[in-house]
Amino acid sequence: MTTPANNRRLAWKLAFFAMAMIGFGYLLVPLYQVYCTRTGFNGTTGRIDYGDAVKRKVDTARWVTVEFVANVSGNLPWEFHPEVVRLKVHPGDLVLTRFHARNLGNAAIVGQAIPNVTPGEAAPYFHKIECFCFSQQPLAPGEGKDLPLQFQVDPQLPTTIGTLTLSYTFFEAPGVRADRRPAGDAARG
Amino acid sequence: MAEIALHGTEHGHPSGITRWLFSTNHKDIGTLYLLFSLTMFFVGGTFAMVIRAELFKPGLQFVDALTFNQMTTMHALVMIFGAVMPAFVGLANWMIPLMIGAPDMALPRLNNWSFWILPFAFTLLLSTLFMPGGGPAGGWTMYPPLFLQTGMAFPFVIFAIHLMGISSVMGAINVITTVFNMRAPGMVFRKLPMFVWTWLITAFLLIAAMPVLAGAVTMLLTDKYFGTSFFNAAGGGDPVMFQHVFWFFGHPEVYIMILPAFGIVSQIVPTFARKPLFGYTSMIYAVGAIAILSFIVWGHHMFTVGMPLAGELFFMYSTILIAVPTGVKVFNWVATMWRGSLTFETPMLWALSFIVLFSIGGFSGLMLGLAPVDFQYQDTYFVVAHFHYVLVTGAVFAIVGGIHYWLPKWTGRMYDERLGKLHFWLSVISVNLLFFPQHFLGLAGMPRRVADYAVQYTEWNMMSSIGGFIFGASQLLFLYNVIRTIRGSGAKASDQVWEGAHGLEWTLPSPPPYHSFTTAPEVK
Repeated sequence: MTTPANNRRLAWKLAFFAMAMIGFGYLLVPLYQVYCTRTGFNGTTGRIDYGDAVKRKVDTARWVTVEFVANVSGNLPWEFHPEVVRLKVHPGDLVLTRFHARNLGNAAIVGQAIPNVTPGEAAPYFHKIECFCFSQQPLAPGEGKDLPLQFQVDPQLPTTIGTLTLSYTFFEAPGVRADRRPAGDAARG
Repeated sequence: MAEIALHGTEHGHPSGITRWLFSTNHKDIGTLYLLFSLTMFFVGGTFAMVIRAELFKPGLQFVDALTFNQMTTMHALVMIFGAVMPAFVGLANWMIPLMIGAPDMALPRLNNWSFWILPFAFTLLLSTLFMPGGGPAGGWTMYPPLFLQTGMAFPFVIFAIHLMGISSVMGAINVITTVFNMRAPGMVFRKLPMFVWTWLITAFLLIAAMPVLAGAVTMLLTDKYFGTSFFNAAGGGDPVMFQHVFWFFGHPEVYIMILPAFGIVSQIVPTFARKPLFGYTSMIYAVGAIAILSFIVWGHHMFTVGMPLAGELFFMYSTILIAVPTGVKVFNWVATMWRGSLTFETPMLWALSFIVLFSIGGFSGLMLGLAPVDFQYQDTYFVVAHFHYVLVTGAVFAIVGGIHYWLPKWTGRMYDERLGKLHFWLSVISVNLLFFPQHFLGLAGMPRRVADYAVQYTEWNMMSSIGGFIFGASQLLFLYNVIRTIRGSGAKASDQVWEGAHGLEWTLPSPPPYHSFTTAPEVK
């Protein structure tokens, strides 16, 4: 039995459309990433150059509280905490603070910190100039490390927001064996 | 078309097992789909009985928590992809060619293939229950990172879902091609029966939505085994993104499971009201509007992930907007019955209870669609009550009604009306005892997907379980009634079967010949 040509033609068109929708499913991934960085949706933070940061005026009339939270993902045997839990800063200030991490396990592990800002509306106004989350952090067994963070709160931050919470979660870097990877490469934005 | 017709007149139909294995006949494939769906309905129902038995009282009685979670996950996957969707495809196979005056589906071999993929898909899926580590237990929504902790079962589940997706996309392609190219002369789009219209729109939803699910589960697969980081935060991915991709599929999916049900009810109600369907054109526009809206409302499944206010408002308003076309449909069904000469045979009873109970599910959907209150309802039994009202008393009731409505046409025999009514009343009472208390449980704060619960939830859970057992057992009456009709007990059915039935399918003998409409019928 043969299928009339017009049936076959329509069927192929529809099949092509279905294939295109698989592609669209994958296209959602970069679209989502762009959307998150633009809007700060999901607490995605931005990175800026020192040069751009110093150009912004400091708003000395206003205080903003920045809180720091440090988490370690379930199976990573690390200790991780901020040096100070809470800072009061002026919008526009270039602020330097530190976190500490220590490997409590008996094997070298490469960690990767993932930042997140709450509330989400504040995320586009939180700029990191230097951050330990830009690169992977290898720690030998028992080794501890000071992890610096330099940031600026944008003076444009909506006045309704008085407190930001910056949270970091350390994960074991996927697909990286600590013994093979030298320190500091594989930078990440 | 001429070639297909010729084929039919020259040969008798094959017999024995090969008739079913190699069948390219739309009626045989429709029957296979429906039998498969019925089997899966009982398999998924068994899982549901385990769930309700365990929840009968607090504490762990019959199964441990891991087994319980496997039951909830498998119950959902089996019922959605194994029972409801194949039932609709089976009805489409049987009825669409008869309704539009076509000799068969447009792509008969594709049709054969799209059915025979399913038993393999479900063998893969169900076999995971016997594997070390058990079946999937992370919920049918498969959220990472939890779902990535599934053991050996993981790749089996993913490939089973791929197969189900391929099967339903092929089925959808077949439906669209049939409706576009195989209509009898004079069967223009504005004369298509409502069931055909709703299925045509559903088929487009399937082609647009199922591939996105295939993409999402493939990303899960590569995340687990090939080191990609689509949803792995440590590698720069985002687990919340899975929810976006999943629900971009998932929301159209829920309409895939309800639009053909609207079609069935739109066939049954005019028949037993002995009046033409009220507002035919507005029905079509309503279905179209629901289909389009279904692609922009997915965020209402994830109000609590931390969305900006603008996002919450957008998804809330667009969700509430869906109530308008749905309201148009319910209004039209009621208006069809207005001053009709109603009789209440079993199919009509199912259709009427569909209208009332689906509307209850729709109302709880509106409550869930309000972002501020959803923060309280999220992940509670209120959600479970809501989607069982739309899926069980919605989709399943319409299917059961449709089967009673068309079974005399398919078999040439009437089902036992008394048994049908008994089955209906037992089901409709027990299903409300089963799901209505779950609203109260949810409002009181009982979370879903838990094997054990706090003692204050005991009474409602007991009632719900008792309702569940009665509902489950009464489906055996349905099984018996269907089997005895197929085996030829019962009065002979006339060609028209129902006094008020109109349409091409009722002009054929009951049962219709193996090859129907070998010469295209005249449509006035």
